[in-house]
Amino acid sequence: MGKCIVCQCEDVTLDDLEDAFEHGFRDLESLKRFTGLATGLCQGKCCVAHAARFLAGLKGGDEAAADPPRTRPLLRPTPVRAFAGPEELSASPASQGEKR
Amino acid sequence: MRDRADLVIIGGGVIGLSLAYQLARLGLTDVVVLEQGYLCFGASGRNGGGVRQQWSTEENIQLMKESVQMFRRLSSETGYNLWFRQGGYLFLARDEAAAAGLEANVKLQNRCGVPTRLISPAEAQRIVPGLEPRGIQVCAYNPTDGVLFPFPAVWGMARAAAQLGVAVETFTRVTAIEARGREIVKVVTDRGAIATHRVVNAAGAWSFQIARMLGVELPNKPYRHEILICEPLKPFLDPMVSDLSDGTYFSQTMRGEICGGLSDPAEPASMETRSSLRFLERMCRSMTRILPALADLRVMRQWAGFYDETPDGQPILGRVDGVDGFIQLNGFGGHGMMLAPVMGKLAAEWILRKADHPIFQRYDLGRFQRGEIQRETFSIG
Repeated sequence: MGKCIVCQCEDVTLDDLEDAFEHGFRDLESLKRFTGLATGLCQGKCCVAHAARFLAGLKGGDEAAADPPRTRPLLRPTPVRAFAGPEELSASPASQGEKR
Repeated sequence: MRDRADLVIIGGGVIGLSLAYQLARLGLTDVVVLEQGYLCFGASGRNGGGVRQQWSTEENIQLMKESVQMFRRLSSETGYNLWFRQGGYLFLARDEAAAAGLEANVKLQNRCGVPTRLISPAEAQRIVPGLEPRGIQVCAYNPTDGVLFPFPAVWGMARAAAQLGVAVETFTRVTAIEARGREIVKVVTDRGAIATHRVVNAAGAWSFQIARMLGVELPNKPYRHEILICEPLKPFLDPMVSDLSDGTYFSQTMRGEICGGLSDPAEPASMETRSSLRFLERMCRSMTRILPALADLRVMRQWAGFYDETPDGQPILGRVDGVDGFIQLNGFGGHGMMLAPVMGKLAAEWILRKADHPIFQRYDLGRFQRGEIQRETFSIG
């Protein structure tokens, strides 16, 4: 079989997933961290479903793949300058609570 | 899962795993490490990987000198490449107080054999291309500090410990610790109980909850600490850069990404792990002040982890009053990753009575009652 790409951003192949599984990384959070899957520019939009299917196949059932990696901001890569405006224009105040 | 063990380590983060690995190397393998999630679930998998010897007390400088030497060997020892890269650490001082602090620290570090230098903003610009020199009074640069990739550090220690005979149990949550009088008898988990008389509390931000299971109150509090990562670039940034005015730090990973965070004085103690827009704005503002060219870089992702903080910024180690065999190895603030090798080694030697070290008395829980507090002032991020 030729090379089967699972994650295009980070060039993770099906062989890589199998290797990770053999190393004992048998949940999606760990597969992500070991292979780099879902940590590139698309942040997992293209590859997490493939990895979940792979895991469900090996572990026999959907349960194994039912806990996808935590989705994290940002929705899409955004330039630093978009958030680096003057403090006065900040969109987010300090959280209220017990201070150090 | 084993139903009995000579010693149970609660917390499969880098501190607990380093201890397990070092205990096993010294011959104690009847050990179970309990991790509530996957490996790297807690702060050990959420930090920036900074490893520095620039500290303000001789003790921490010496500990970190040893940790650096251990990190240099750890990739070949464990079979996992830690990507430990000694590109240095560059601290920026923007006011008189910070500059005076750096000056005092550099003298102390030099006496301890750490080659830190005070350098001008112009010289710093030659180390960090594009650094904005305006507003910076002086910098401290130590070329032997560095950064590593946290995940393989955790996995490497876990595998090395397991290969020597330690049981590392992931997705296993401790629900109770039972004692009879002063003596621990068992650790109860959601996957069964383990009979034991010795428990190490290496649970990081969850340590205070673990201690409460035995009626022990730790002063530790968890604080959310946020971090972000930008798209990868060709390698251009050697050192970790840290601005003392707001606790910003960032470095370039071996994958080329710019990764860093900063402290937030308004952050309350909590178990909150969601990301905030407030952090994103403050971090982006600070990054562009330090290195204006970063403004065009795109942020890919942000996340959060915990600092397990103590009132004096030093860890809680060793025994506690009232419960025998209950050993603390927590309260490492944002420094658990870099201290893990040396702490694991010293704690293993201390537990097996092969060697003593004054930190196990000086930084025990009882110091807060005795009033013997010596604050480490050089906590960043």
